[in-house]
Amino acid sequence: MEVLVEAGSGHSAGPLGMADIFSAFYFHILSHDPKNPEWEDRDRLVLSNGHICPIQYVSLANAGYFDKEELFTLRKIDSRLQGHPHRGSLPGIETTSGPLGSGLSQAIGIAVAAKLNQKRYRVYCLASDGEHNEGNWWEAVMLAAKMRINNLTVVVDRNNIQIDGYTEDVMPLESLRDKYEAFNWQVLEIDGHKIEAIVDAVNEAKATLEAPTVVIAHTIPGKGVSFMEGQYGWHGKPPKPEEAEEALKELRSLEGKIRGEHA
Amino acid sequence: MLNKKVYLDNNLFSDKAKQAALRDGYGEGLFEAGKKDPNVVALCADLKDSTRSNFFAKAFPNRFFEIGIAEQNMVAVAAGLAVSGKIPFVASYATFSPGRAWEQIRTTVAYNDANVKIAGHHAGISVGPDGATHQAIEDIATMRAIPNMTVIAPCDANEAKKATLAAAKFVGPMYLRFARENTPIMTTARTPFKPGKAEIFYSSSRPQVAIIACGPLVHKALVAAKELEKEKIKTIVVNSHTIKPLDSKTILEVVEKTGAVVSVEEHQVIGGLGSAVAELLAKEKPTPMEFVGMQDVFGESGEPEELLDKYKMSVEDIKEAVRKVKKRK
Repeated sequence: MEVLVEAGSGHSAGPLGMADIFSAFYFHILSHDPKNPEWEDRDRLVLSNGHICPIQYVSLANAGYFDKEELFTLRKIDSRLQGHPHRGSLPGIETTSGPLGSGLSQAIGIAVAAKLNQKRYRVYCLASDGEHNEGNWWEAVMLAAKMRINNLTVVVDRNNIQIDGYTEDVMPLESLRDKYEAFNWQVLEIDGHKIEAIVDAVNEAKATLEAPTVVIAHTIPGKGVSFMEGQYGWHGKPPKPEEAEEALKELRSLEGKIRGEHA
Repeated sequence: MLNKKVYLDNNLFSDKAKQAALRDGYGEGLFEAGKKDPNVVALCADLKDSTRSNFFAKAFPNRFFEIGIAEQNMVAVAAGLAVSGKIPFVASYATFSPGRAWEQIRTTVAYNDANVKIAGHHAGISVGPDGATHQAIEDIATMRAIPNMTVIAPCDANEAKKATLAAAKFVGPMYLRFARENTPIMTTARTPFKPGKAEIFYSSSRPQVAIIACGPLVHKALVAAKELEKEKIKTIVVNSHTIKPLDSKTILEVVEKTGAVVSVEEHQVIGGLGSAVAELLAKEKPTPMEFVGMQDVFGESGEPEELLDKYKMSVEDIKEAVRKVKKRK
């Protein structure tokens, strides 16, 4: 919230809704080394919907990839924290993203390279539901199934919103499960705010060898902030300073789990 | 006369000149690159045979990926392979890749600085009877405009093979442009080829006009240069196979000698080789220039030579452009 206020532009709802999933990945699931971001055997996290990068940047900083102070350079001139993530600018960013629907393709390439190089790392592609509107996405879905890419897991942020409205109004996706199953994927559905559910699903995906796995993670956009939750109007804008203060008050007192000046 | 230092084929002006297709050069080059470097991989979008990716596919089935008719996916998968240390070559018709996959090329290849080689086949109107939908005549422009991208249009099958082998060694995004039809062989094994280095193929004493060409039309430029001698018009012909980065040193040297330029390319005159040369000259040495190429129109079905005549890329058209620019000096 503070970083978005400082930036003055950016996306609010998606990053909040994916906070639990990013925490699960960077602090439990991923085999990685923040002090050696180019470690050959690291698991790769490919963020397909680059616009939620604020939560990835915060996760990377907290994991120790770079100093947390740098977060406040988000979207500013000369910053390594581009408005949408750029590979090469910031350690821990595996691919450039922003234009939607291409992350899965790149994740497939990275997963295939692991097999060719006889590496055991796993590839995780985090994606939005809205980007399933893109044709490129479904091209990649078909390919992953054809190649039985089993070292790749996709996590879809099923938050039901995109810029112009609710996903089912803009371009209906349901039944998303049936669609993936028809494409010969293993489908798991979870509450995207339950850390143990996220970890369990990833473990199940790891144990599945015959097909790629998609985890449809049901999330609440703007999670933890009452006036943002479920509101598509918060997809693509940052909070005003007074809104951020209110949001932080709510977030930091959340069932006493997060301590801060408002707790 | 032909520049002896570049060892061109002595038969290139005769009816017996050997012919081969640029795409065959790609196929051979890709196969050899695959033999030399296990990191070379190839991807194709349901056009394995006609892009000549089939030799590689047969020899190295584990390193060949059939992506189906999905060029955007093919390019972005290649980007993922490249950021993981592979050297992917992606092949399709140029109207589809780079044509349809432009944004994926921009973001996942070029902005990622991923070491992907994009092979655009059936480029130019000489693909013929398939018609305008399949005639890529904007690809140099769309690739040249992207930062980090190198753009190469080889002149014959031998050079196409050399360019493909060079691409495998070169680190960084590269676009390679190939034609479908058999075209005259001009170069030999000894003809130098280095990305970014233009070669003077033909020169005369006291030249009056420089013809700067790329692709198979370099042959027509050479024929035009030879025929113009009969009219006592002296020219230099430069094979500027690398459109980006342009070999500004060589081009400025020949323009210094001639003071007039004709660009020749099987591509729109907007944004292609001619534009690249004009951008250089406008800054460094403003010079009268004529542009032989597609004049901001689409092509149509027809035989290759019929199309090149109709759309003003024949030997006669090059000669006429030379006469015209000479008068403007």
